[in-house]
Amino acid sequence: MARKNEIMKKSLGIDYERFESGSIAFDYERMMRETGYSLEEIIKIQREANVGNTPLIELKNLTELARKVSPTGKAARIFIKDEACNPSGSFKERRASVSVYHAKKHGYKGVIAATSGNYGAAVASQAAMKGLKCIVVQEAYDSRGIGQPEILEKGRKCETFGAEVVQLTVGPELFYVNLMLLEETGYFNASLYTPFGIAGIETLGYEIANQVKERTGKFPDVVVVTHAGGGNLTGTARGLIKAGALDTKVYGVSVDLTGLHMASDTDFNRKSFTTGHTGFGIPFATWPDRADVPRNAARPLRYMDGYYLVKQGEVFYMTELLAQLEGLERGPAGNTSLAAAFSLAQQMENDQIIVVQETEYTGAGKNPTAQLTFAKQNGVQVLVGNPDEEVPGKNIILPEHPSMVKAREVKLDNLKKSYIRNCIQHFGMPNEEDIKFLAEDTKSSEDFVRRTIEELKNGGLV
Amino acid sequence: MAKKGDWVKIKQIVLEPHERAENIPEDTKKTPLTMWVKGILMEDAEIGQKAKIKTFTGRIVEGILVEENPRHIHDFGSPVPELIKAGMKAREILYGGEGNEQV
Repeated sequence: MARKNEIMKKSLGIDYERFESGSIAFDYERMMRETGYSLEEIIKIQREANVGNTPLIELKNLTELARKVSPTGKAARIFIKDEACNPSGSFKERRASVSVYHAKKHGYKGVIAATSGNYGAAVASQAAMKGLKCIVVQEAYDSRGIGQPEILEKGRKCETFGAEVVQLTVGPELFYVNLMLLEETGYFNASLYTPFGIAGIETLGYEIANQVKERTGKFPDVVVVTHAGGGNLTGTARGLIKAGALDTKVYGVSVDLTGLHMASDTDFNRKSFTTGHTGFGIPFATWPDRADVPRNAARPLRYMDGYYLVKQGEVFYMTELLAQLEGLERGPAGNTSLAAAFSLAQQMENDQIIVVQETEYTGAGKNPTAQLTFAKQNGVQVLVGNPDEEVPGKNIILPEHPSMVKAREVKLDNLKKSYIRNCIQHFGMPNEEDIKFLAEDTKSSEDFVRRTIEELKNGGLV
Repeated sequence: MAKKGDWVKIKQIVLEPHERAENIPEDTKKTPLTMWVKGILMEDAEIGQKAKIKTFTGRIVEGILVEENPRHIHDFGSPVPELIKAGMKAREILYGGEGNEQV
């Protein structure tokens, strides 16, 4: 593993040391500028790869339902960006298109991605389009050899596009296998967390801002983003800013899987969501540089205006309502932000606009019926009642009434403090430059950072 | 017996339990890290025996032959009446029940 940095450098072509300060701070914007592509270049790359320009759909019936059940009788207009229309069926193709373009341009013969999610299918699809070879490394099975239907479906899709799918049992050593494959093949590391990957999502925020403005005459008030590793939120927020939508609030949403351990063999098949959940959302917000690259280009706290949790049962429920009331069969994972939007809209005015920033394809394995059947087979009860009582791994509670769908707020300041603490634990006490960086990286102020450091010192936490 | 040229799936132990990472949960640590890969069989082999395959990317991988022409078995699952009823109820709230059929 001592060769890790060398393999990484070779498989990415980025020398991260150029942007380092030697302590906590690093030059994020310079990294994005010098290793990424401009928005104009990315729009061109994606157009040629049939990615983006997806429809923006107004969910009139769900908005009407929200108004019927809202305590004030009011609810914002809900729109959804139909990212399922990308070639492999998700927004992840925006990330993949830039990574695969970059790999091809620099003469790599193939690409490797470590992911059990839609990203694998996206990389496989883009690699197929560009004639590159592709390996997708999946955490797919528990020790009994039983796999989540959603992950198996994604494996099938990768294979359909001619990708080699390497399937593993549960465990973080997946990254060791990934590294060995990078060394063996010399392929490009299509990591989710490179500047290319994040820059690829900027077009999504950019399109949302412009489409909403064209349709309604103004920018959206709120954009809700399903949050896992942080790239979706970071890229979307950067795109909104580039379009001039400076007052639009960006909220992250994750499925609450509190209590389930992400690396546990027994917990693995007791969760119905493989992404967009707290098992990624919280650790990646509070320590983004845990990723498979030295400096993660996805830095959600830099852009997040709020963070909300929803329950598994609520997401399945909203997936059903999206199908039955709007005629759109999508998700469910992408509908995490839809569940939150349905609730948040009720705290807004009728003339305000809230945008659900993505949908994803569905089908065998991914459909809620497949996932709930699998949950039942693995000892998880499916009930109807109050989602507040849901216990991840034990039950899934579908709301009895639409008014019971709730976006539960997570205190952002606590996440910011936790991030600052992690930075200090890794690098030591911050200097003046670090304090300035931490203020930017947490969307707070130098004063907040200084107060947090004092608090942590007084509590004996650093 | 699987024949040379068949599309097959093999399995390989990557890490034995005692070789696994330190910082993982105890239940996971008791199990080997196992890997499955598919490809074209290079020589005739029996299920449960050693086999060599050529993958989609042209890599040669060795392992234990576990399946010939491996099928994707995931499906749509069983209908979930709780979900179906949730949709029906939402329509009722929105459109006002059976007496108020939306035209």
